[in-house]
Amino acid sequence: MIDTYEKVEDIEIRLLLEALYHRYHYDFRNYAMSSIRRRLRQAREQLGFSTISAMQEHVLHDPDMLPRMLRYLTVQVSEMFRDPSYFLAIRQKVVPHLRTYPSLKIWVAGCSAGEELYSLVILFREEGLEERTLFYATDINPDALAQAETGVYDIERVRLFTENHRQAGGKSSLSDYYTTAYNRCALDKSLRRNVVFSDHSLVTDQVFGEMQFVSCRNVMIYFDRPLQDRAIGLFRDSLPHNGFLGLGAKETLRFSTHADSFREFVREEKIYQRTRA
Amino acid sequence: MSKTPEGAVIIGASAGALEALSSILPALPAGYPFPIFVIVHLPPKKRSVLAEIFNEKCRLRAIEAEDKEPVEPGVIYFAPPNYHLLLEGRSSIALSNEEEVLFSRPSIDVAFESAAEAWGDRLTGIVLTGANHDGARGLQAIENSGGTAIVQDPSTAFARTMPDAAILACPKARILALPEIPSYLSSNFK
Repeated sequence: MIDTYEKVEDIEIRLLLEALYHRYHYDFRNYAMSSIRRRLRQAREQLGFSTISAMQEHVLHDPDMLPRMLRYLTVQVSEMFRDPSYFLAIRQKVVPHLRTYPSLKIWVAGCSAGEELYSLVILFREEGLEERTLFYATDINPDALAQAETGVYDIERVRLFTENHRQAGGKSSLSDYYTTAYNRCALDKSLRRNVVFSDHSLVTDQVFGEMQFVSCRNVMIYFDRPLQDRAIGLFRDSLPHNGFLGLGAKETLRFSTHADSFREFVREEKIYQRTRA
Repeated sequence: MSKTPEGAVIIGASAGALEALSSILPALPAGYPFPIFVIVHLPPKKRSVLAEIFNEKCRLRAIEAEDKEPVEPGVIYFAPPNYHLLLEGRSSIALSNEEEVLFSRPSIDVAFESAAEAWGDRLTGIVLTGANHDGARGLQAIENSGGTAIVQDPSTAFARTMPDAAILACPKARILALPEIPSYLSSNFK
């Protein structure tokens, strides 16, 4: 039975994702099934539904379910200067190229709560590039975007952020950029001067400008292969010849149909450069 | 492109993993027909050299999996540090950045459960030495999907907490000493 017919739970998952799409235009239908299954099971258990179908009924009839579902369906695990060696490579190898441009546009795609965005802004400030740069920070989850725009983090995370920043070759002290109160650390609002926060979906939206550098880390791991190709296609079309694309530590363009449009720029840090192809 | 393998093996190990794996993986014959997924608890912030070590020692190719890595017969796939490894059907691997489970990323339970989902009764799951309870729930999922559960004999384990927990969760599991595991795997192409 199990081999011949699709499992009931998998049918329910497909139907729930259809419901989310038709009701709210959030399209998770081409997300990697293994991790969607896991997170929808979590949602079902923690929200107290007996089946995923029962949860689907609420998704359709109760608009308050959308933000709750998004919390499960979009993974928000990040740190400032996460994988310090990635930021060190940007500083040492990408920045010298970016200096040659009179103005810069940087796109942090899938910015979640903003940790990576602020890491880049601080790095650009340290390198004297912030003034000529416009940062676009995009995500599909409005709650995450609002959090990114606020730039407030739990104080317990600051020690890790500070250590990462140091390992990333930080030229200033991270404490120059935040104030603390009530177990929170609030990033200086001057860091947002050149940032545009925007709702943008790699699944359903289009290219919105020419970028010199796109950073999209640990976002596409949740996509299936065809959807990854769509997203990478957007990056390809956003980047001029010699533009840069940075991915997560264990992501690769090796399996992409767009592999020929990029060359490895810093191989071990998954930083690619756009070719003419 | 090689064809999709007909079965798979998944191994979870923690404290004492290197030694335990050293008596299993290098003993597997060239041309072994199944992919072998290996989940080891590792420090999150360091590069892992496990794949390089075992690629040297083994007759099979050993690599650290990247996202959407295609699954091929006779290849040993190590979960990278700081990511969960999931099986995306039988044809590829998906990585995930989700929260740690039992303080672990990669989590053995997460990997085992997704492998059980993908491979059903064509899967053999093995829990080796370790000092926490990761793997017990995943091995149970493998058993419930009709797969084969194997646990390292706790009395021979560097740390017996993990095999003990796995046996408690899966009373029907085969309990084998380390040297028996590669012979079992080589003779049971279920």
